[in-house]
Parts: sequence; C-alpha cells; structure tokens
Amino acid sequence: MDKILEVKDLHVDFDTYNGTVHAIRGVSFHLNAGETLAIVGESGSGKSITVRSILQLLASNATISKGEILYHGDDLLQKSEKEMNNIRGNKISMIFQDPMTSLDPTMTIGKQVAEPLLIHNNVSKKDAMKRAEEVLRLVGIPNPAARMKDYPHQFSGGQRQRIVIAIAIVDYPEILIADEPTTALDVTVQAEIIDLLRELQQKIGTAIIFITHDLGVVAGIADRVAVMYAGRFVEYGSVEDIFYNPQHPYTWGLLDSMPTLDTNEDARLNSIPGTPPNLLDPPKGDAFAPRNAYAMQIDEEQQPPFFKVSKNHFAATWLLHPDAPKVTPPAAILNRFKKFEQLGGNAK
Amino acid sequence: MTKYILKRILYLFLTLFIIASLTFFLMKMLPGTPFSNQNRMSADQLKIVKAQYGLDQSVGVQYVRYMVGLLHGNLGTSFQFNNEPVTALIGQRLAPSMQIGAQAMIVGTVFGILLGAVAAIRKNTWVDTLATFISILGLSIPSFVLAVLLQFYLAYKWKIYPVALWDNFQSSILPTLALSALPLGTVARFMRTEMVDVMSSDYIELAKSKGNSSWRVVAKHALRNSLIPVVTIIGPMAVSVMTGSMVVENIFSIPGIGEQFVKSITTNDYPTIMGLTIFYSFLLIIVYLIVDILYGLIDPRIRLGNGGKE
Repeated sequence: MDKILEVKDLHVDFDTYNGTVHAIRGVSFHLNAGETLAIVGESGSGKSITVRSILQLLASNATISKGEILYHGDDLLQKSEKEMNNIRGNKISMIFQDPMTSLDPTMTIGKQVAEPLLIHNNVSKKDAMKRAEEVLRLVGIPNPAARMKDYPHQFSGGQRQRIVIAIAIVDYPEILIADEPTTALDVTVQAEIIDLLRELQQKIGTAIIFITHDLGVVAGIADRVAVMYAGRFVEYGSVEDIFYNPQHPYTWGLLDSMPTLDTNEDARLNSIPGTPPNLLDPPKGDAFAPRNAYAMQIDEEQQPPFFKVSKNHFAATWLLHPDAPKVTPPAAILNRFKKFEQLGGNAK
Repeated sequence: MTKYILKRILYLFLTLFIIASLTFFLMKMLPGTPFSNQNRMSADQLKIVKAQYGLDQSVGVQYVRYMVGLLHGNLGTSFQFNNEPVTALIGQRLAPSMQIGAQAMIVGTVFGILLGAVAAIRKNTWVDTLATFISILGLSIPSFVLAVLLQFYLAYKWKIYPVALWDNFQSSILPTLALSALPLGTVARFMRTEMVDVMSSDYIELAKSKGNSSWRVVAKHALRNSLIPVVTIIGPMAVSVMTGSMVVENIFSIPGIGEQFVKSITTNDYPTIMGLTIFYSFLLIIVYLIVDILYGLIDPRIRLGNGGKE
C-alpha cells in the first residue's frame, strides 16, 4: 500500500501563562492511500492538535517543536505559508466539529463551497459554481440549484455538516481530516454523516483521518485505529485488533466503559478512575500509570516503548515485555478476546 | 422589504408627532420669554408684540396652530435672526454642518475600520499597541483641542490650509479632521474587539483550511462579519457629528447649525427650537432606518422580507 502521509516523532508545545504545555509528546503514524485511520482518545488527549499540525492550523501560541510530517516524502513543516496554502483545501482538507459555527454566516453556501476551487484551480466563477452545485447534490442537499444562494442559517445542523463536507471534498482532496465531525450532531444524523463519508470515500478515493472520542463511531468507519492518551499514541492496529485484541490497559478501560448489547441494564457503566496528567509537567514514566490498576514499578519510571503484538498491531505498555508478569484483563475484555479467536485471530 | 420601509415611514411620522408635541409643551415650561428687552417694554408694547407672534393665545390654541402649520411644512418664523422663516434658517445653516459632518464621518469610519482591522490582525504586536494608542487619543482629545492644534500647525505655522474660512473644499479639511477623531477612535475600538472575536471563530479556521491566504481570509470572511456591530454605533454617531459641533464651527468660523441651536434655546426662540428639534429627530430616525437597512445588507440573518423564511 501507498504511504501518502507519515508523521514522525511529532512534538507540539503551547506557551501559556502557567508555562509550556507539552501537548503532543512524540506521535508517529502513517496513512495509506484511500484508507481510514481513526484516532480515538478522551478530550484533551491531543487528537485535534495532532491533525491540525498536519495543516499547520494551530493556535498562535503553539509551536511544533520537533518532528516531521512527510506528505509524499515532502516535509510539510519545511514549507512556506504560501506552499501550505496550495495544499490546504486542495490536497488535504478538513471537516470541522461544529457545523453550527463552521460556516461563514454572511456568505451564500454556493460561494463557500466554490471557494476552494477558485483558490486552487484556474476555473471561471461560473464553472466553480456549477461544480459546487454538483458536490452539494453529492452530499445530499436536496434541490441544490435553488439553495446555492441560501445562507447557513437557513439549513439544519445535519445539512450544515453536509455543506462543510462538501467544502472539504469539492477539490477531491487526497486526504480528508475529519475532526469529530459527528460529535455535535444527534445520533440519527451521526449515522447519516458516517454513511455519507464512507460513500464519498468510495466515490473519490480519499484517505480519511477520523478523530473521535466515540468508539462506537470508529467501528463503523475505520480500517485502522490509534488510541491516544496524554499526547502520545498508546496502541494502534486494525479495527479488529483494537476492538477484540486490545493490549494496553487504557484501551481496556475505554472499551470497558462502552456499553454493549451484553451489558446488564441494571449495571452501572464502568469508568476509568482519576484524571489525565497535567501536561505542563508530563510524567516521566507511562502517563497512564496513576490511573492504571495494572501499573508496575517500571511504569512510574520509564516510558514504555511500542511492543509488536502482530504485524500491524503495536501497544506501548510494559505488560507486553517478555519479563512482565501475566495479568488477567477485565472480564469484558476477555470476552472480546474470545470473539477475536472466533474471527480467526490469535489473542494473547 | 418595501412593506417594511413603508411601515417604518409611518412610524417615522408618528414618532415625529410625539416628539413635536413633547418639545412644544416642554419648551413652554422653560422660564423666561423670547423678548430679551422685555424690561424696557411697556405692558401695551408687550401685548402688541405677543399678539404679533400669537403668544397671547392659550397654550392649547398655540399648539394646534403650530401643528397645523407643521402639517403644511410651515415651521413658523424666528423671533431672532431677522424674523426669517425657520425653514430658510435651517436651510442656509444646514449645508456647511452636514458637509463637514458627512466628510468627518466618512474619514473617521473608513480609517477607523482600517485601523481596527489592522490592530486585530496584528493582535498583541507593536502595531496593535500603536493603533490602540491612536484610537484612545481620538476618543479622549476633545475635538476643539484638536481643532486648535490643527489650526496652529497646519494653518498658522505651515500655512497649508486657511485658518478659519468657509468657501471651498480646502477650507473644510481642517474642521473635517478635527471632527473625525471621535468617530475614528470609536470605530477603531469596536472594530478591533469584534474582529479579534471573529478571527478566532470556527468559520475563519475553516476559511484558512480552504487554502485562503491570510489577506483573503480577512477580505472575504472576517471584514464583513466584523462590520455588523460597527454599523450599530455609526448611526447615532453620524447624527451627532453631522448636526454640527458648535465649538468646532466657531473655531473655524463656519456658518453652521450648531451655533444656531444653542442661541435659539438661550433666547427662547420657540419656532427655531421646535424647527431644529423636529429636524434633528427626523434626521436621527432616517439614519436609524438606513442603519437597519444596512444591517440587512451586511447580515443575511436579519434580512427582511422573503416571506419570513427562517
């Protein structure tokens, strides 16, 4: 498979009044052409910052202090602002979280959708508008010809998210970054938007980086999943790997706190105790250790490297070290291991 | 839209009627009489003069008379200023005040918007600090102090413009500058605050993610959205600037309307007070109407008509 994007050892710092926040602390991953990579993690784990670094759309107090972001082998971090503008909205585009505030309230949606074409392609306004209309039809806006001159406030939340998607795909980007595109929508609309993204991916063959804190959404769209915690990836692998053969205690915690069809309706949902660490002063060892029931001495002292679980599945936990004691994961996870074996995998 | 404007015009007349009535009765409650040399007049003389101006009638009759006259566009004749009709008085004196006011508003608003926008884009840099400094100066230096300073340097010392004269465009430049400081400072402050807000909004981030260059983001998306609250303050400010600043008009010997208003009040020149008040109110209401229409043009969310489509 074609690696189109490779992020290597990304570090992002924020200057704040209280000091430097080390928001991203060494993130590496790659994206293959046409695939969907989901990045999951709780709020504040650095998912958004990671993807915004790719387009360099970070707040003014943020600095990418280390790392490389290779797009077809070219380091985006070395590019000038002008070169980046040629990539944004053209090769790599982004879908934002809140459709209610992401559209310019004083510009017709036709113009907003056509704008990337006018910036990047040498097309006439008329052609751009015609194309915008096609794309609006593609994303499921009924009667787009009549609605081109309407303003965002004349559309519902779900429709606005479709328009935001139309803007992102109008120039057939190679990579589509979707930053929690369904979080602000109600559940039925969420499903429609996920279906739409999948359908569009089939049609235009774009790769998607999908950010969410909702594991249920991930199962429906992703090929591969990366789990993020406190500015680092803790585990990544295929959807099956992450859902049915999770190895990191944090992934266990996430999966265990998700209700399934087997969940007893009288039982309380499990949650991970404690709060994420303060990234003003990141812990020396595994950032998850204080909340981790399986933590060992070494977790406090040294950050675990990634251990290979299977060909494409890696997890950063000392539990995978050959010398580590054998632990028994929570019952819900053991059930998942069983399913993994039924699927033909070889769970640990 | 047409229906809305017609409705507003109906309200305009209603408001004017109420204002005219209120002013009329309030004015009658003012102490003193219109006749400055009253002490030297005999009772008979006073009676004759009062009868001549219709002041011997009861207040009710005077009110009805005035309102009937008003309906016919007759604002009465002034007790001062050579007994000229009030309409003629306003007519002569209005043009200079309006010209200078309008010029000052245009200069102040345009440069205020630019200054505010630049400050917002270069937030927390020396450019921002300088822009804030300029706008605070504009807000806090009284226009007459600025007028005298401009007069001293640009007219007296360097002889670029006339000191105090009213004939051509050249002579209107200094008073325009003096009066434009306040709108400039105010608009710049508003613009900066609003634009900082807009620049951090989600749709600006989306506009950046489309590959817009930073100046295009500002020109196509940020500017128009930032203008919405600025329009609100421009309206009333325009009226106060256009109806003349007595002091600035005095300093530059401009035959404007500001001076006349103050004089008419101190001398109880009833018809002139009434005429000017009604005229000012009219102007204010018209400006508000224009502001409301401008709103609709800038912000589609408050656009009127279209059968009330959400």
